[in-house]
Amino acid sequence: MLNTNLKHLETEEETQKVLKENEKVMICCGRMGPMCIPVYGIMEELEQHYPHVAFRDMDFDIEAAFFIRNLPECSGFMGLPFTVYFKNGKVIAATTSIQSKSQITQLLDRIFK
Amino acid sequence: MSDKKYDAIIIGGGPAGYSAGIYLARAMLKTLLIESYTILSQLMLTDDIENYPGVPGKIKGFELIDNFKKQAESFELTITEGFVEKIIQIDDEKRKWSIITQNESKYIAESVIAATGAKARNLGVPGEDELRGKGVSYCAICDGAFFKNRDVVVVGGGDTAIQEALFLTRYASKVSIVHRRDRLRAEKILQQQAFKNGKIDFIWDSTVDAIEGNNNVENIKVKNVKTKKITDFKCNGIFIFVGFTPNTDYMKEVVKTDDSGWIITDSKMNTNIPGIFAAGDLRANTYRQIATAVGDGVTAALSCEKYISGIRGTEYI
Repeated sequence: MLNTNLKHLETEEETQKVLKENEKVMICCGRMGPMCIPVYGIMEELEQHYPHVAFRDMDFDIEAAFFIRNLPECSGFMGLPFTVYFKNGKVIAATTSIQSKSQITQLLDRIFK
Repeated sequence: MSDKKYDAIIIGGGPAGYSAGIYLARAMLKTLLIESYTILSQLMLTDDIENYPGVPGKIKGFELIDNFKKQAESFELTITEGFVEKIIQIDDEKRKWSIITQNESKYIAESVIAATGAKARNLGVPGEDELRGKGVSYCAICDGAFFKNRDVVVVGGGDTAIQEALFLTRYASKVSIVHRRDRLRAEKILQQQAFKNGKIDFIWDSTVDAIEGNNNVENIKVKNVKTKKITDFKCNGIFIFVGFTPNTDYMKEVVKTDDSGWIITDSKMNTNIPGIFAAGDLRANTYRQIATAVGDGVTAALSCEKYISGIRGTEYI
C-alpha cells in the first residue's frame, strides 16, 4: 500500500478507466522506497502545475501492476520506480529508477505540450 | 505566499533533525521541522541496523526513522514537507531568518538547525547515466530483487557498500566488490561477514572507468590503480556506493563550509553565524553514523535553546 497523496490505481479496471477518461496520464509504479518516494513527491507538486495531466501511482507488488511491469516499454527495466506516460491510452514514454524534478518536467513539457 | 513564524526551524527529517525536534518540542519552543521527499535520510536506504545503541537485534532503517518521527509527534513537533531553496536573514538586529521552500512557502524563525545530511555520490563515468535503472543502481534494497541469479558488482569499501553487498547476496549469484584500496574501510564486523560469504569476492586496488551495455549493463571497465591496466569485467548490474556529497546548496551563501560544501561547526554545533546550527552528516570532519547524528541533533537543540533564551534575555544562568 502506497502512502502518498496521489490517487492510487489498485485494479486493472481502475487503470483502464483512467486511461480511457484522460488524454494525458502519468503512472508511477513503485514501492515506498528511497528511489520512489521522491518521484511521488514531485508528482504531488506537479499536479497543481499540470492540471491537464492525470497523475497516479501504483503499488509495484499488486496484481494490477503486472499491466505496467509487462509493458514492452518497460522490458529491461531494473530500477524502481517504473514511470510510464500515456497519451490517448498509448505509451509514449517510460523511465526507470529515480528521476529529478527537472527530468520529469522536461519530459512532461516535451511529450504533453 | 504563506508566511508562518516559529521560534526555531529544523531543516531535515533524519536522525539529527528528529532528535533536535524532540528536544526543542520538549523545551516548549514553537518548532517546525521541514522534511523533504527529494532529500531522503540515508537511514531510509539502510536495510538492517544492528549498531544503534538501545535497539538489540535488527531494525529496518525506515522503521527506525518512523520511530523517531512518532516520538517527535508525541511531543507535538510540527512537521511539514518542503524542499528548502534558500535562507535569508531578514532582521539583523533581532536576528530573524526567512526560510523559503521550492513551492514558495515562507517561514520565519529566530534560529535554524540545518540537518539535511548527505546524498550518495555518483561515479561520473561513461554509461552511468544512460544505464541508470537498467543495471546501474544506488539502492540494493530497492532494486536487488531484479538481479536474482545474476552477477553484480558493488563499488566502494565503506559501511554502506559492504552492507549493500551482503544484502545483494540474497538474490545475486555472485557479488564482486571493486575497491580502490587494498583493504576495506567498513567496520570490522561487516568485513568479517563479507569475507566469510561465499558469494562475495573482491577486486582490490581498482576503480570502474566505464559502464557498458546496449539496453542493460553487460560489462564494466576496471582499472587497476597500481598497474593502470584496464580490463573488461562481465556483469549484469553495478551498485555504486562511493561516498557522499552534502545536501547544503541552500546554506552555501549563509554559513561557512569547506571546499566540498560540508558545513563547519564547533563542538556545540554552532556555525560561524549566530543562530544557525548544523547537525548530522552535513557537518565537516565528522563521523557519519546514526548515533553520532542523534548526538549532533541533541547538541544543536540545546545550543539553539540557549541561543534563543540569550537573545530574549531569559537564559537560566
